[in-house]
Amino acid sequence: MSTYLIKDAKVLGGDASDVLIRDGVIAEIGTDLSTDGATVIEAAGQILLPGLVDLHTHLREPGREDAETVATGANAAALGGFTAVHAMANTDPVADTAGTVEQVWRLGQETGRCDVHPVGAVTVGLEGKRLAELGAMADSAARVRVFSDDGKCVDDAVIMRRALEYVKAFDGVVAQHAQEPRLTEGAQMNEGTVSGELGLRGWPAVAEESIIARDVLLTAHVGSRLHVCHVSTAGSVEILRWAKSKGWNVTAEVTPHHLLLTDELVRSYDPVYKVNPPLRTAADVTALREALADGTIDAVATDHAPHPSEDKDCEWAVAAMGMLGLETALSIVQETMVDTGLLDWAGVADRMSVRPAAIGRLEGHGRPVEVGEPANLVLVDPTPRRTVEPSELASRSRNTPYAGLELPGKVVATFLRGVPTVIDGKLA
Amino acid sequence: MKRHLISAADLTRDDAILILDTAEELAHIAERPIKKLPTLRGRTVVNLFFEDSTRTRISFEAAAKRLSADVINFSAKGSSVSKGESLKDTALTLQAMGADAVVIRHHASGAPHRLAGSGWLRGSVVNAGDGTHEHPTQALLDAFTMRRRLAGGRGDLEGRRITLVGDVLHSRVARSNVLLLATLGAEVTLVAPPTLLPIGVESWPCTVSYDLDAPLPKSDAVMMLRVQRERMNAAFFPTEREYSRRYGLDLRRMAMLPEHAIVMHPGPMNRGMEIAAEVADSTRSTIVEQVTNGVSVRMAVLYLLLGGNEPALSAPSTASTPSTGTEESTK
Ligand SMILES: [Zn+2]
Repeated sequence: MSTYLIKDAKVLGGDASDVLIRDGVIAEIGTDLSTDGATVIEAAGQILLPGLVDLHTHLREPGREDAETVATGANAAALGGFTAVHAMANTDPVADTAGTVEQVWRLGQETGRCDVHPVGAVTVGLEGKRLAELGAMADSAARVRVFSDDGKCVDDAVIMRRALEYVKAFDGVVAQHAQEPRLTEGAQMNEGTVSGELGLRGWPAVAEESIIARDVLLTAHVGSRLHVCHVSTAGSVEILRWAKSKGWNVTAEVTPHHLLLTDELVRSYDPVYKVNPPLRTAADVTALREALADGTIDAVATDHAPHPSEDKDCEWAVAAMGMLGLETALSIVQETMVDTGLLDWAGVADRMSVRPAAIGRLEGHGRPVEVGEPANLVLVDPTPRRTVEPSELASRSRNTPYAGLELPGKVVATFLRGVPTVIDGKLA
Repeated sequence: MKRHLISAADLTRDDAILILDTAEELAHIAERPIKKLPTLRGRTVVNLFFEDSTRTRISFEAAAKRLSADVINFSAKGSSVSKGESLKDTALTLQAMGADAVVIRHHASGAPHRLAGSGWLRGSVVNAGDGTHEHPTQALLDAFTMRRRLAGGRGDLEGRRITLVGDVLHSRVARSNVLLLATLGAEVTLVAPPTLLPIGVESWPCTVSYDLDAPLPKSDAVMMLRVQRERMNAAFFPTEREYSRRYGLDLRRMAMLPEHAIVMHPGPMNRGMEIAAEVADSTRSTIVEQVTNGVSVRMAVLYLLLGGNEPALSAPSTASTPSTGTEESTK
């Protein structure tokens, strides 16, 4: 195994240090370390963070390999600075058995680019009726700890209660896609001034907030662990803040797109902006940024959702929901949180690596950048700006809402257990 | 004027008045034995209808034919569209056929916007009704009718009080009318049960009332919007009876209107639901007139989008009788 010396990098944005990577771990940290026998990476002005961890990606395999595969998704993840991602269960077949989660786990291991941790479905076929074999998935080689029917809400209060109770046996967490189904039948975009003008059926904030309110109460009642996926409204933030003030075991994530984009973009009727939960208002964006800064929201999660072009090159109503996120997430966080002064780089490490790894109970990820720790690392140059060009993305799909947008920062190198997956900004 | 007509908000006051003035001139054609002008000879207008609406299609077809355009009717029923051909592929086909204008009716809000803005098509796009979004030519023909009845067929609608009643939430007619009437200086009041008003309506350029009786004595025109009986099943209102009692226009309410006020309906009507039969058939009703005016207004729109910004046939300011069209339109 090669030895790498990262020279003069600002560890978590702090003072410049040399970091020596050998045998898969961080072997030495200091100044003026010897370069003997090591491949040197000149990193003056660059930031060294623990490898990013994504709690929420859709890798589409098995079933929709025309949109993404575990391999292409892992490439996109590595280029985005991730060393571990959670792959959502809404594949075809649904990841609701030990067999399917082990298949996804194995495909991830074969890529060697990024650890892929499958999320197990809460209910059989995501149908919200019967619990899937959560224990079997937890005990499988994939060691599933995060369970979610994402794409669908576990709306039945009894099923949700039972799931929260049951996962306590193996320290699991239920990740809820909070969407009251009756309030969002046929919903096309955020319900507000813009939906009224555009004549598109609204997805009201209360449909998210009412489920979160119910679920934090259920979690407290049964003493379990809840994670809230893609929080999108100012009201949800208030409920989470209250639940956390009670000391309840509730965590939450926000997507990069909800930190940057608003429902005003829907005026174009371009389905690249169609996503679930929908883009909200500027006031919601502000509240989400503040909540991520103060820790009410624990993590940034991409909700990377690849779709083939024919599912987006159409009228709004029939277009698929979702947007790409892995390769742009860190730039969006820099743009919305770091460059605005809301979060420093240590904070970015906390929200994009440490806390998501803790929520997913991942070992070896989200660790401090210290001697003896596994060398899961990302090196970021915050200075350059780049214009997002969809055709240059490693994802198999092209549905990025940032096409043509100039964003700050560049992932220079990513290391997975000491092995570079990305070097000089390109797949190694 | 813009190249497309997607929303009533695309029209400035001058644009709207130019269309209405042009429509006034063209209306005279209908009174002649030969109802045809050579203005758009050699141009192709496609009626692309993804949703059944014989009334609107016939109106656009008559308008295009009176201007001598070639008309192609492309309906989703029985075509490749119903077999899953996408809007994009349909647009590329129409482009290959050399469509100069595409008149589109679609059940999805925003489909005309998509057609116009995606680069799939070079011709002009005219929105003939999209989902619950807009129906700008309906608003133009309504404004044309109001202007004739209330403003001597000239200028704008400054200070006229117009009341729109019914299912605003699902109405593309209401959205386009509010925008266009505001542009023309009218004071609009929307009347509906709160369930049938969109969130955010308070930011629209109009006032809102839950009570129909209040605005009637000061209304110059009252427009009844179609209310689908099925809305009852989604709890938008309790029963048909209660709806028509609270929001229907009957003889008692019609008597509250000023003497000069008119009663409008974009059709098709639910007699006995939002409008009593006696009201629909009364002398105040402009419902049949609206249909006639629709052809003139759509002629004006097609002419101005395809023929450029010069007067249709003669300078509108001189209001002379239109010539028989010795001038070929130029782009
Ligand atoms: Zn989701």
